[in-house]
Amino acid sequence: MIRTINVNIVTETIKDMCIESNYHLSKDMDQALKKAADTEESVLGKKILDQLQENLKIADEDKIPICQDTGMAVIFMEIGQDVHFEGGNLEDSINEGVRRGYTEGYLRKSVVNDPLLRENTKDNTPAIIHYTIVAGDKVKITFAPKGFGSENMSRVFMLKPADGEEGIKNAILTAVSDAGPNACPPMVVGVGIGGDFEKSAIMAKQALTRNADEYSKLPHIRKMEKEVLEKINAFGIGPAGLSGSTTALAVNINTYPTHIAGLPVAVNICCHVNRHTVRIL
Amino acid sequence: MDKYINTPITEEVTADLKYGDYVYITGTIYVARDAAHKRMTEALEKGEELPIPIKDATIYYMGPSPAREGKVIGSAGPTTAGRMDKYAPVLLDLGQKAMIGKGKRNKEVIDAIIRNKAVYFAAVGGAGALLSKCITKSKIICYEDLGAEAVLEIEVLNFPAIVVIDRDGNNLYDMV
Repeated sequence: MIRTINVNIVTETIKDMCIESNYHLSKDMDQALKKAADTEESVLGKKILDQLQENLKIADEDKIPICQDTGMAVIFMEIGQDVHFEGGNLEDSINEGVRRGYTEGYLRKSVVNDPLLRENTKDNTPAIIHYTIVAGDKVKITFAPKGFGSENMSRVFMLKPADGEEGIKNAILTAVSDAGPNACPPMVVGVGIGGDFEKSAIMAKQALTRNADEYSKLPHIRKMEKEVLEKINAFGIGPAGLSGSTTALAVNINTYPTHIAGLPVAVNICCHVNRHTVRIL
Repeated sequence: MDKYINTPITEEVTADLKYGDYVYITGTIYVARDAAHKRMTEALEKGEELPIPIKDATIYYMGPSPAREGKVIGSAGPTTAGRMDKYAPVLLDLGQKAMIGKGKRNKEVIDAIIRNKAVYFAAVGGAGALLSKCITKSKIICYEDLGAEAVLEIEVLNFPAIVVIDRDGNNLYDMV
C-alpha cells in the first residue's frame, strides 16, 4: 500500500525543527549539562557550567538561539519505501523549510555558495541531506544543525587492522586533545568505526544524534565508549578548556562492517550545544 | 581575580592584567570575524584606511544571529580565534590592544601580543544568549554585504571574559 505525503508537510516540519532545535536543547543534552554542573570539580569550571545553565534559560525565555552559530543544517531523512511524495521536488521542499526556519526564527545564515568564492547565500541553504530508504510507510526526519567551531576539529583516521582497539582509542583521544578549547567543551564525541572513508564520517555524524544517555547495544563497543569517556575527562581540559573534570558529556560510537585491509575511524566533535530533533511523518 | 575594566584597553590597562584574571569589560568594542579581517587586510595592502580606529581598539571575534524587533542584537558568543591568526599580528602592530574570542592562538600572534603589550581574552563559547545581555548598543560600521560577518561597533556593559594570554605571553590554556 503506497502512502502519499505532500512535500509542503516536509517544508513545514523542517521549518519548525530549525527553530525548535536552536532555541531548546533536547532533554538528554539538557540533563547531561545539569548533571555536569553538579559534579564539576573545578571552581572556574563550575562557574562556566552555571553560566551555560543560565544561557539555556535565557534562550528559552527570550526565544533567542542558544549559540549564535546556528549551524549548517544537517538532515537525516529515513524514508519508508512505501512512501510517495507529491506536490513538488523533495529536496527543494527540504531546503525551503531551512530557508523559512532560518529566516522566520532569526537564526544566523552561515552558508557560503562556493568554498572559494565564499558569497553568503543569505538563507542558510543548501542543507546537507543524508537519505536512506527503509521499510515501511513512515518518514523519520532527524535535524542536527552543526556549528563549525567543533566541526573544524573533527578528523578521519585510516588506521591499519593491526592498530586494533588501542589504535582506535588513541585516534579518538588525539582528536579530542587537539580540539581542546577550540571545540567549546564540554563536548559530545561522535565516532564512526569501519565501513569506508565516507561511511565512517557519516556514522560519526549520526552518532552525535544519539541521546547522550544511551550507549551502544554492542557490549564491546559500549565498554569502549565508557572507557574513552573516562580517559577524556581525565585530561582535565574542562569547560571552555579552562580546566576541570568535565571535558566530554558522552562518547557515542557507531560501527559497520569494513574491508579486510582497513580500519577507518572518524571522530566528529560537537560542542555542548549538540542539537538534535526528531520528527516522524 | 575579578577585575572591572573600561575601553579603550590601553597599555596602562593591560599592565594590570594577568592570565587567569576574570574581567568585566565596559565600553565600545568592535566586532569582526573571518571575512571582515580578510577585507581589512586587503584594504591595508591597497594603502587604504581601516574602517575602524585601530589604536587601542578591542576586537571581538563574533558573528551574531539577527536581532528580533526591539532587541539590540541576537545571540552573540565568541567564535574560534585561531582563524584570525593570519590577520591579527598586522592589526596588533598597528595599535589594536585587545582580542576577544575562544580557543588557541599561534606563536606569531603570541609574539605580537608581547611586542605590543596587548591581551587576548576568551569569552565562554556557546553562551551567546547570555552574552547578548551585556550588549547595550550595536550598529553596522561597514561590509554590510557580508551579512553575519559585517563589522559592528557595539557597547558592552560588564561583559565577562577571562585573560587567556597576557602581555607577557603567559598562556592560561598551557597551564591546563
